[in-house]
Amino acid sequence: MIDARAITVRRQGRSLIDGIDIMLRDGEMLGVVGPNGSGKTTLLRSLYGALQPDAGDILLDGVPMTQMSRRAVARRIAVVPQGQPLDGDQSVADLVGLGRLPHQAWFGGNRAGDRAAVEAALDRVALSALADQPLRHLSGGEVQRALIARALCQQASHLLLDEPTNHLDLGYQHDVLAFVRSLCLSTLVVLHDLNLAARYCDRIALLDHGRLLAIGAPAQVLTPERVSAIYRVPATAITTPSGRQHLVFADALSPEPLP
Amino acid sequence: MWSVQSVTSRPAGVATVMPPLRRRHVLAPPLVIVLLALGTATLAVISVGLGPVPIDPLTVLLVVSRHSLGLPAEASWTQATDAIVWITRLPRILMALAVGSALAMTGAALQAIVRNGLADPYVLGVSSGASTGAAFAITVLAGAGGALTLPLSAFAGAVISILLVLAIGGKAAGARPFRLILAGMAVGYALSSATSFLIFASDSPEASRSVMFWLLGSLANVHWPMAQLCLAVAALAALALFAAAGRLDALAAGDDTAFALGVHPGRTRLALMLGVSLIVGVMVAGAGSIGFVGLIVPHMARALVGTRHRLVLPASALLGASFLLLADIAARMLFPPTEMAIGVVTGIVGAPLMLLLLRHSGRQAL
Repeated sequence: MIDARAITVRRQGRSLIDGIDIMLRDGEMLGVVGPNGSGKTTLLRSLYGALQPDAGDILLDGVPMTQMSRRAVARRIAVVPQGQPLDGDQSVADLVGLGRLPHQAWFGGNRAGDRAAVEAALDRVALSALADQPLRHLSGGEVQRALIARALCQQASHLLLDEPTNHLDLGYQHDVLAFVRSLCLSTLVVLHDLNLAARYCDRIALLDHGRLLAIGAPAQVLTPERVSAIYRVPATAITTPSGRQHLVFADALSPEPLP
Repeated sequence: MWSVQSVTSRPAGVATVMPPLRRRHVLAPPLVIVLLALGTATLAVISVGLGPVPIDPLTVLLVVSRHSLGLPAEASWTQATDAIVWITRLPRILMALAVGSALAMTGAALQAIVRNGLADPYVLGVSSGASTGAAFAITVLAGAGGALTLPLSAFAGAVISILLVLAIGGKAAGARPFRLILAGMAVGYALSSATSFLIFASDSPEASRSVMFWLLGSLANVHWPMAQLCLAVAALAALALFAAAGRLDALAAGDDTAFALGVHPGRTRLALMLGVSLIVGVMVAGAGSIGFVGLIVPHMARALVGTRHRLVLPASALLGASFLLLADIAARMLFPPTEMAIGVVTGIVGAPLMLLLLRHSGRQAL
């Protein structure tokens, strides 16, 4: 459980996030959505200590995160960050093996337990056959799976993902989120696609201008009125044959011509 | 480990989208390191035997064994041979091993720290600082304070340059390591000018020649105490950097990734850079600024053993030691009796090697 209380992050006098209260409950999948610049990534980065909030407290399983060592945090929270440099010559197994770092002593790298964890993680994301391949031989979806395998290797109870579906095709987007959901970890995922978020998350947190506008069940948070106002795009809710709510934007199927 | 068998038995649909499958390394990385260690040791023994008076490798081994272990009790060689091996040549060879391995390891570490394959101890201005310190000791202090003045002064110069680079690179050093390179270049140029000024202002031609020695790098005047100091520092450096290997992997993977893996990138970077400045400062004090070793050797090591620093660091150390041994042999043997500065040799050999590596590696970021 991660419990963030009234966290505020300021940069150059501007609030990136402003007094956000958010709780990631045990075992839930919480989606964080909002327009560009609404503070999604800032929130995610402050939840694992990559960013020190200017105000507010973050409790990790009831303990203030500031009282925990960085390694102790890393043993409980695994992260799939966005836009980090990748070395095309690095092998998949080496990338995934980095996830063992929080569990290793100064000279204790790559014990049998570490290797077993790497193999298990690769197996779960179905990349075992590519273990020795350099990253430049992988597709975007395979790289994303390798990054998730690295997080799995950390054997943490919490998983934070920053736009894991970015640059992935439709099929991979669903694959990744279905897989993440099947892990049953306490998961916080930043997403752009509202329908994707609604489909896979137990709860949705909607951010705008650094504030938390709404949090709760997808259908309650992602109402057409709210979404239209925030994204400045007309939104309509339709009900799919299976009875789920689905948002359609700027009525894509409207017969009227574009301006 | 997978075999060709298991690949062909894969469902056809999967097999068609698979990239060409092959083992990444012809030899297993640990085997590569063992072979490199054997090669370096052999090269070192042969190198001691080379010179105006050739000495066979067995005699070299026996002389070393007699001095260090007391065996054999009776010497079957002349006193002159003994002196040539133990006093004239061995300190120099050990120095080449220490400096070569230390420069290559620190180069590998710095390339991970600033996340740039063009980084080496010199790009960050560390050795310019050390050279200025050495120049200050030679021209201004003029040997006052005993044998330790020069290495201490070179070391102080290295630390000052690092502090300057960090002050200019500022708090952003953690987030944008590229700024460190720019700051390092600026500090390097400024300190090179300071060194030139010291040479210019000195009215002793001998002092300016001594300073030139630092700038070009040479192993010609190495004596036992300096060789021992550098070997000890190189061994400590190897131990410390090897212990930090996982953290170097994490730094190379990006700051947010490092945070996620329990490594504070800013603090770790600062601690490692201070450690590296200590190592390079001592090496430059002993042998001057020897270029290209710290730049190209890590790339050769990665081509052989992959990207994990637990393997890259030992491979770099051994390759760097061998590279400098070979460069030293060339410096001694090419134009006898005149000896070339070893920095000239590493530059002449290093530049084309760098181009060759660029051609063959086809490195690309994702």
